[in-house]
Amino acid sequence: MNSVQKNDLRLLVFGVVLFAVIGGAMEGGFIGSFWKLNIILIGINVILSASLNLINGYTGQFSLGHAGFMAVGAYVGVILTTNFHLPLIAGMVGGGLAAAVLGFLIGLPTLRLNGDYLAIATLGLGEIIRIVIMNIQYVGGAAGFSGIPHLTTFPWVFATMLLTLFAIKNFVNSSHGRACIAIRENEIAAAAMGINTTKYKVLAFTIGAAFAGVAGALFAHCFYIISPGSFTFMQSFNYLIMVVLGGLGSLTGSIAGAFVVTALSAALADWPEFRMIIYALALILLMFYRPQGLFGYVELTKLAPFSRLRGLKGGREE
Amino acid sequence: MEPLLKSTHVVEMFGGLKAVSDFNIYINPGELIGLIGPNGAGKTTAFNLFTGVYQPTSGTIEFDGQNIAGLKPYEITQRGIARTFQNIRLFSELSVLDNVKIAFHSHVKYSVAEAVFRVGRYFDEEALVTAESHRLLSIFKLDDKAEETAKNLPYGAQRRLEIARALAAKPKLLLLDEPAAGMNPQETHELMEMIRWIRDQFSLTILLIEHDMSLVMGICERIYVLEYGEIIAHGTPEQIQNNPEVIRAYLGGEA
Repeated sequence: MNSVQKNDLRLLVFGVVLFAVIGGAMEGGFIGSFWKLNIILIGINVILSASLNLINGYTGQFSLGHAGFMAVGAYVGVILTTNFHLPLIAGMVGGGLAAAVLGFLIGLPTLRLNGDYLAIATLGLGEIIRIVIMNIQYVGGAAGFSGIPHLTTFPWVFATMLLTLFAIKNFVNSSHGRACIAIRENEIAAAAMGINTTKYKVLAFTIGAAFAGVAGALFAHCFYIISPGSFTFMQSFNYLIMVVLGGLGSLTGSIAGAFVVTALSAALADWPEFRMIIYALALILLMFYRPQGLFGYVELTKLAPFSRLRGLKGGREE
Repeated sequence: MEPLLKSTHVVEMFGGLKAVSDFNIYINPGELIGLIGPNGAGKTTAFNLFTGVYQPTSGTIEFDGQNIAGLKPYEITQRGIARTFQNIRLFSELSVLDNVKIAFHSHVKYSVAEAVFRVGRYFDEEALVTAESHRLLSIFKLDDKAEETAKNLPYGAQRRLEIARALAAKPKLLLLDEPAAGMNPQETHELMEMIRWIRDQFSLTILLIEHDMSLVMGICERIYVLEYGEIIAHGTPEQIQNNPEVIRAYLGGEA
């Protein structure tokens, strides 16, 4: 086994231990139902922020339509489980595929745009998705889709989250991921190095949309009813904040961002009037003192203490 | 011998401005050719035409027997033309090593699925890319700085890194846009030796734009002189140095 695989194994073991600790605490009754739901939401939000980070942070394409892809995944997922009585996994796969197809179709024309223009185009498309859903009576229109079986459990969310993080981590650490990062750094130079920039922008967008769809399916099965109101552009902003707060181009950052934002808004749930103020202040302070986010372009596993530890271990083994 | 690159009657218009007009050059395999001319003569425009950044308004560009006019930059790079930029365009926030690894992109064969699941050719090819990148970096004396962020390198080293990165794309033809810009005479001299050496070592054909005449006259076998988008002279360094048209273009006055 080489050092890369060893590192993967270490991360996996860490994930399983974390799962056992949190899962045990939930089963053992140490955590109330309010926080149980929020822990599940943190997991789902990690999937969403990590997948948005692939688009915004790694490939440098400013997308604001993530809630739209999440909505597609959610609705396709609940149709499959509620109307067709399929298991949750079918809903997740179906939701993810539907979102991926839509991401591909939307990405192909819009990714010709740059910066602000792309942001506005994706913002608009996210809203179009929501309004189209609102006008489909089959899924309940504006009133929402009700009677959803409560299928989302902590193990499902945690396993999907781990899978997502590993998939994105492996992608960005490959030649294909390097192509995406090259586009972010300098699109002209990337093309001059033989990278098909359109292909990789659309690919990152499609993969990001697919995971947003999967997360949407998980999200929908936490509740009895979902409505288009759950997927407004404010929701897209929320994921963007998680990505920026955690750090663009850092998966550790996406985890931290999803955790901080979700936990903070849950903790402040009893003081809704202060919530937005504290939220906004936290962001302003962060932008002043750490504009690159908590982990800008850096992974926790690559920081000095960790690599030193690794080096030490490698030395002993040899 | 069939020329490796041949442009025939290439014209590039920017609106009403003729940036390049009736541009005819040929480059034989293995040659080291210079393209010189006063500022604004259209040298970089010519590079942008060869690499697909601009599409010629009319005319043909043949590379390796195929017309490449109209192809996208990445397609041209994949066919075997790599370049450096006049204003350095490194991936400045990334490590020196990653800059080179990125340029191996079109030679990496594993699929996205193989990368995500880390199966099949992934590990072998990644190991190969890393090893070849280090080999290239050591040629350009950058190996000890492999983990450094590219933007933190001194200017001369950034220029060398751009050449190393271009070579990672495994080109047949290398286009160097002012490789010696901002270098001191000592660095320029080393660069000359290096250009000659990589041409032989990698069996390359090289076309370079340069203002430093000691470099151009020192290593180029043939030189094209461009002024106001037109080629005004063509020949060996001796012929160019004694060409009255060239002297007029550079020094002004009556020829």
